[in-house]
Amino acid sequence: MEQDFSIMEQAALAALRAIGDEAGLRAWQAAWLGKRSALALALAGLGQLPAAERPLAGQRANALRVQLEQAHAAHAAALRESGLAASLQAGALDVTLPGRPAARGRLHIATQTLRQICAIWAQMGFQIYRSRDVETEAYNFELLNIPPHHPARDMWDTFHTTTSGSLLRTHTSPGQIHAMREYAPEPIRVVLPGMCYRYEQITPRSEIQFNQVEGLAVGKGIRFTDLKGTLTDFARRMFGAQTRTRFRASYFPFTEPSAEMDVECFLCTGSGCVVCKQAGWLEILGCGMVHPKVLQNGGYDPAQYTGFAFGMGPERIAMLKYGIKDIRYFWGNDLRFLQQF
Amino acid sequence: MRTPLSWLRDYVDITMAPHELAHRLTFAGLEVEALQYVGLALPAGASAARHSGLAWERDKIVVAHITQVDAHPDAERLVLVRLYDGEREHTVLTGAPNLFAYKGSGPLPTALRVAYAREGAQLYDGHKPGWELTRLKRAKIRGFDSYSMVCSEKELGISEEHEGVILFDADAPPAGTPLADYIGDVVFEIAITPNMARNASMLGVAREIAALTGTSVRLPWRSVPTRAAAQPMPQVQIAAPALNPRFTALLVEDVRVAPAPYWMQLRLRLAGMRSISNIVDITNYVMLETGQPLHAFDYAVLRRRAGSRPAPLITTRLPAPGETIATLDGAQRKLDDFTVLVADSAGALSIGGVMGGGESEVSAATEHVLLEAASWNFTNIRRTVQAQQLHSSQAGYRFSRGVHPAMAPLANLRAAALMQQLAGGSVSTELCDVYPQPVVAPVNRLPLAEVQRHLGMQIPAAEIVRILRALEFVVEDAGSTLVVTAPDHRLDIGTGAEGIADLVEEVARIYGYERMPETQISDTTPPQRANPALEHEERVRDLLAGLGMQEVITYRLTAPEREQRLLPPGVPVPAAHYVTLLNPVAAERVVLRRALLASVLEVAEANARFQQRLALFEIGPVFLPVAGAALPLEQRRLALVLWGPRAQSGWQAADAGAQDFFDLKGLVELLLESLRIEGVRFESAQHAALHPGRCAQVFGADPAVVLGTLGELHPQVSAAYSLAEHAALCADFDLEALLAATPARHATAPVPRFPAVVEDIALLVDEELSAARVQALIVQTGGAQLAQVQLFDVFRSAQLGAGRKSLAYRLSYQSGEKTLTDAEAAKLRNKIVRRLQQELGATLRDK
Ligand SMILES: [Zn+2]
Repeated sequence: MEQDFSIMEQAALAALRAIGDEAGLRAWQAAWLGKRSALALALAGLGQLPAAERPLAGQRANALRVQLEQAHAAHAAALRESGLAASLQAGALDVTLPGRPAARGRLHIATQTLRQICAIWAQMGFQIYRSRDVETEAYNFELLNIPPHHPARDMWDTFHTTTSGSLLRTHTSPGQIHAMREYAPEPIRVVLPGMCYRYEQITPRSEIQFNQVEGLAVGKGIRFTDLKGTLTDFARRMFGAQTRTRFRASYFPFTEPSAEMDVECFLCTGSGCVVCKQAGWLEILGCGMVHPKVLQNGGYDPAQYTGFAFGMGPERIAMLKYGIKDIRYFWGNDLRFLQQF
Repeated sequence: MRTPLSWLRDYVDITMAPHELAHRLTFAGLEVEALQYVGLALPAGASAARHSGLAWERDKIVVAHITQVDAHPDAERLVLVRLYDGEREHTVLTGAPNLFAYKGSGPLPTALRVAYAREGAQLYDGHKPGWELTRLKRAKIRGFDSYSMVCSEKELGISEEHEGVILFDADAPPAGTPLADYIGDVVFEIAITPNMARNASMLGVAREIAALTGTSVRLPWRSVPTRAAAQPMPQVQIAAPALNPRFTALLVEDVRVAPAPYWMQLRLRLAGMRSISNIVDITNYVMLETGQPLHAFDYAVLRRRAGSRPAPLITTRLPAPGETIATLDGAQRKLDDFTVLVADSAGALSIGGVMGGGESEVSAATEHVLLEAASWNFTNIRRTVQAQQLHSSQAGYRFSRGVHPAMAPLANLRAAALMQQLAGGSVSTELCDVYPQPVVAPVNRLPLAEVQRHLGMQIPAAEIVRILRALEFVVEDAGSTLVVTAPDHRLDIGTGAEGIADLVEEVARIYGYERMPETQISDTTPPQRANPALEHEERVRDLLAGLGMQEVITYRLTAPEREQRLLPPGVPVPAAHYVTLLNPVAAERVVLRRALLASVLEVAEANARFQQRLALFEIGPVFLPVAGAALPLEQRRLALVLWGPRAQSGWQAADAGAQDFFDLKGLVELLLESLRIEGVRFESAQHAALHPGRCAQVFGADPAVVLGTLGELHPQVSAAYSLAEHAALCADFDLEALLAATPARHATAPVPRFPAVVEDIALLVDEELSAARVQALIVQTGGAQLAQVQLFDVFRSAQLGAGRKSLAYRLSYQSGEKTLTDAEAAKLRNKIVRRLQQELGATLRDK
């Protein structure tokens, strides 16, 4: 009896060791552990053994079943593992091959820069106010304290339309009057982004259309020192926390006092480079306290209200930031340029 | 304006280094754009972008005295100069024509003072164009040992002047004096902003320096010895006082016209003007000094023109119809009805404030000079300068920015004094001065609290008073308020709120912006407002970029012909009104665009040569003139262009199929869905630019509002844009209508808790039947329990028969309350199929 079990054990394990795939495992299981296997028959035939032999034979048969089941499970696991290893090996890729091209949409660099500027101002409490491209002479000039034939008109080369008194705005400043007339006497904090136009030759350094972002704050307690503080905060957000600014006296007809703000060159941090022409500073924006006549034209009493205004060119800022040498790239829309952003 | 430092020093003491002074001036609003060092050493670390010049070596470039000029034995165009350089005698070979006059006259009674460069000195090469440095080397020239040089201005880097060598005035310092100590200088190139007309003069800049450095100016006004004129004085009349507020005239008799002394010529050339003669140079010199332009007439010419009249009658007036004038630049000029003339009884003499006439100008033969100093309406002068294209007129430049009438007699007397001194004239006692409407100096009350209110800091009262007085304001200190009278050289000071702002600016500018603190706004925050138009527009940009589209931004200026490219050949051009430029810069940019799509197609055209595929969009306004309105309608639109394969090709197989109508439509559908626009409907439509069978209009819930048009570009139009290689898919949306149809918010549905029953049905229908009608009926009939309808196949075959097509739909039935049974689903399906059969003649195909 015992001998039979030993032979069975050796034969079964030998057969198992020879198996190399799932089908073989299933056949082995049927042959050695199935309903018609020798072991199953032996277990079924236990009742015919003499009573004295039965417990021992029963124990032995059950032990062998457990042993074979464990051997089967172990062999199956080993087979799966080696199979996985083989399939992983076979599935190896040349990871240096290029990826499948994915199409990505992008916003124009001018939009990206405009958004960055406006987002900073939004966080500082300045909301966006938009106004039209084609303006009247009054909004673009007269109401901004630039009378006809005033020498200050030389500062803007203007595209006039064939409709008398209408022109393409030379700056977004007309929006200051629109905003003031809409909101007076409430306090104002707005930025005015938009396309402006100048009568110029198109060259690498000058364009006939360009974006501008102006800002306007009006209230009963807006001061020149606020202008300095607010614009310096903006510069630090835009160009880096360590950025230094300086304010030079300047002239714009719609502000008084007027200033130009320079920021320390963010490319050389002030030590001088090609971009800042060795000056260490970059001219970034013009600004000033809103001229009393402009306040008045907007519906605010200059004896009670003050304000500041500023204006900057997003394309110029992008040119400085990214080292763009030719302003014509912006409206040229060559994707080989636009896709660099 | 070119401003020599040495000239400024006539009026103000300057102790700081030139580059520091330039910095101070720049920060006070007189931007020094460049510094030209004339003989002096450039500061260490000076940037080449702003600083230029040649430092004269002190031991090599000195003053020398010429004692004799001899002819060269065998070269007619050369002379041998004997000179003393403070150390020893030299013989120098030169070809300077202005020494020829002294040739062969033996020892000179008075030595000629010249600029002398010793051997090894570094100079500019006077014979080469531009500025090329060279070093003096010993050489044999025409048998003479040449090692040094008598210099021209060009060789020293003073000016372009190279006609002859410099001949200094008789009071030049002793031989051997380093030249840099004598005429070394720095010229500031100052940008004068339009509000600072008063500073377009040496005196103006000097006054600013005085205020900035805490000192005061020395004014150049001197009393002049006069005598009664030997000839009758002219009579002066002003016909248009608003345009010519003041006219002054002085007679300077018995002048000797000759070259101006060297010091004056040098200053004029450093300031960028030419030297002509002592008389003309003095008028220019006084203009540069004071800012008041002057004009000198040959008085004999005026008297001759007066004919039998006892004295010339000078009238300033507007021109007679058709009147012209010959100006001293030789032009015969037509005049506008606003041009103010200085005229006499015989006709026009000059264009007032802008340019003199040819006939009466001062010549070498002039003996008596009538000096005019007048003031003119600055806007009228600006119009005149523009109309006559006389932008280079120095007088016009100053008068067009405003010169105070008080300056006229001061400058006139100053010029007369110089003529007496330098041209030997005698000055008439009588000054003709017609000043019908004197300018009243504005007086402002400036509360010190106003300075604080504007600036945010309190500048000490004493400092405010000091600054204003340094700028020559008259200041009465009345405690907390100053009473401030504007000086006689300023036209830019207003009254009331404007006057206060003007004064605050002066105080802030001179005190220094840099000395003011930075503060945070402490004023009330304004009411916050939503800006849905902008926010939705930005959302559309983000959605399209998210869908793989590249944003472009094109010129809003175009030409009608460029937009007409959207039409296939032979299609008549519809009449379209454009916003048209009066003064375009280029023929291809003459109007504001009406068709955004044309701009984006131009971008596609330009990029197609370099790109496999294109997916472009632009959002921006088009400009539609409105009859009877001054300003056009600015309508924001969205244009889209797709072109080329669906996917960029790589090394693996990709979807290389060309994008077609349905790629664009899918994109548009997703955009509209993302905007939650309701009731979206596509209808077959016609558009001249688009393929007649592949064009649709898009509607939202309002059937009267077309949101946009999409389709495949007409093949002939596509060819015109060189895009024929693939179908170009285009869409053009009215962004404002699109955003108006976008709801502010939308509801959400719960995530289904019960599974859907999904089944496919295939319907056989007539070819003409649109998929939209079939789908609409399915949706309508299916009701709430029909969760989803998806068309997944369109099939045609001979077996189905001509004029028939099969549409296969995947229907999902779902309930929010329970799991639907197959029987319930079948009931719903039967209802749908029956309705389709009855209303559309559709039959269910067997699977
Ligand atoms: Zn730099």
